[in-house]
Amino acid sequence: MSTMKEMRAVYTETLIELGTKNPNIVLLEADLMKASATGPFKQAYPDRLFNVGVAEANMVGIAAGLSACGKIPFADTFACFSARRTFDQFFVSANYARLNVKLTGTDPGIAAELNGGTHMPFEDIGMMRTIPKLIVFEPSDPVSLKSLVTQNASYYGCSYMRLHRMNAPVLYSDAETFELGKGKTLRTGSDVTLIATGVLMVNEALKAADLLAQDGIRATVIDMHTIAPIDKELVLQCACATGAIVTCENHQIAGGLGSAVAEVLSENHPTLLRRIGVRNEFGEVGNLEYLKERFGLTARHIREKAAELARNTYSSPAKRDHHKTITKTHE
Amino acid sequence: MNENDLAFLEEKATTIRILTIDAIGHLGVGHIGGALSIVDVLTILYHRHMTIDPANPGWPERDRLILSKGHAGPALYSTLADKGCFPVEWLHTLNKGGTRLPSHCDKNLTPGIDMTTGSLGQGISAAIGMALALRMDKVQNTVYLIIGDGETNEGQVWEGAMAAAYFGLSNLIAFTDYNKMQIDGYTHDIMNLEDLGAKWSAFGWNVLRVNGHDFLDMDMAITRAKAETRRPSMIILDTIKGKGAHLAERNLANHNMKFDAETAREAIAILTAGKGNN
Repeated sequence: MSTMKEMRAVYTETLIELGTKNPNIVLLEADLMKASATGPFKQAYPDRLFNVGVAEANMVGIAAGLSACGKIPFADTFACFSARRTFDQFFVSANYARLNVKLTGTDPGIAAELNGGTHMPFEDIGMMRTIPKLIVFEPSDPVSLKSLVTQNASYYGCSYMRLHRMNAPVLYSDAETFELGKGKTLRTGSDVTLIATGVLMVNEALKAADLLAQDGIRATVIDMHTIAPIDKELVLQCACATGAIVTCENHQIAGGLGSAVAEVLSENHPTLLRRIGVRNEFGEVGNLEYLKERFGLTARHIREKAAELARNTYSSPAKRDHHKTITKTHE
Repeated sequence: MNENDLAFLEEKATTIRILTIDAIGHLGVGHIGGALSIVDVLTILYHRHMTIDPANPGWPERDRLILSKGHAGPALYSTLADKGCFPVEWLHTLNKGGTRLPSHCDKNLTPGIDMTTGSLGQGISAAIGMALALRMDKVQNTVYLIIGDGETNEGQVWEGAMAAAYFGLSNLIAFTDYNKMQIDGYTHDIMNLEDLGAKWSAFGWNVLRVNGHDFLDMDMAITRAKAETRRPSMIILDTIKGKGAHLAERNLANHNMKFDAETAREAIAILTAGKGNN
């Protein structure tokens, strides 16, 4: 069992650490400070956390004003509100105004669990990805979270981070380096590539790779933490190396990671693709295990799609030979 | 304010009105009504109350102005050009492709514009952010905010009203350009704002209400607002939409109307004649 760490605690610790070095780092909350667990930041810097009450649009506008005076504002709310409720404010006052607002959306997708459909954002990546120059990312583990938030603070420009608040397995060593806009290869295999984003789906993709290995299928697993700008080079490299790609996201397949990957492939190197994600549905209430099954977001679902592709997409003689082996395994 | 100061402001306001009418007339169409209703408040702010450096528009210790009713940009552009922030010739590029003077204010295009605005309701939040930042940095400057009466229908204005008072932002002085008209008609027919002063008072603001075309009244109100130490101030300006352009003045269609060069010349001739009488 790998070590678990609470993502929101890592987020807050990181901001406190950055805040020591840079007095311009400020934090905004809209009555969800308890959910984000950013209280320790307020204890460390009482004058640098502004709780604006239940007013997310106002929060994003205030963040823009703080940024216009040289502050580096991080603004937190649930991901359902960060996109749907503040989109115009984030678009005009922050992004169009070329300011430096770091918006964080917690409980992405089915992580909203018991809050149900109203609180379950399956559309936020899609909405945010249409804003020019905006960096959209979703860290998959505590180590990458810390590194990516640190980079985000030093980069001038707006960003949108999806944050899984709760415990997440540590996937990387502390020495690992990350770069916004550059995916990480977690495993290498020649038959199919699983491109996943976020805590839930990167972990499901890793489990799926184990299951596929039992079938004799060797899968590459990519942690595509940054969805915009998408790491085109890595996507094409995987397409050339494996000839088959499955994207895995805790989000609608329309507009999200799957769409971003499909755009790269169809314009540059048409490759067979399957997208694991929510298909034209609203969210609903339930626990994580129920919701993963309900929306087809498990390792089993990934395995099925990946195996289907791996069996049918052999273009090179070497791959055809390998394909025979796989087919035999399944007979 | 003595008589010389008053004469100076009246002269400046006429110049800024002429520049605004000329810019819109040159293009042939524009938000003339809401631009002309705020010329006098812009004049008194930029020529009597605000500290800015036209040669260094980004000076961190300047006063800020957010024109939340961003469509009135042409009035602010005329004010800033006249102040020396950029060449007056730019005014004839208003809204033309590649211009640095777009219909709605853009802080990245125009020297002296402190905030990008255009989607109504958003300026108050940005003003709160700026006021908080200045207070954190112990900078004594003031953030000025101008919102429209129609804009006041936006829910975000009231989110901001609550927050600015709660944060005790006495370094924020806001104005409502209460010209009583919005795009679809009179404010009392479309979405009645009254009792507007009582609403802002109830939200915890220091509220003053004056004639937005009277420099003595406005000077007194701004001076009192600057002396406030605990609360943000809202100065409600009773104004006339289209003030100073006889064809546009009080014309219900003046929010965004055709205004050709000939009409502009007539309006400017009347203003110029009046200027001699000051």
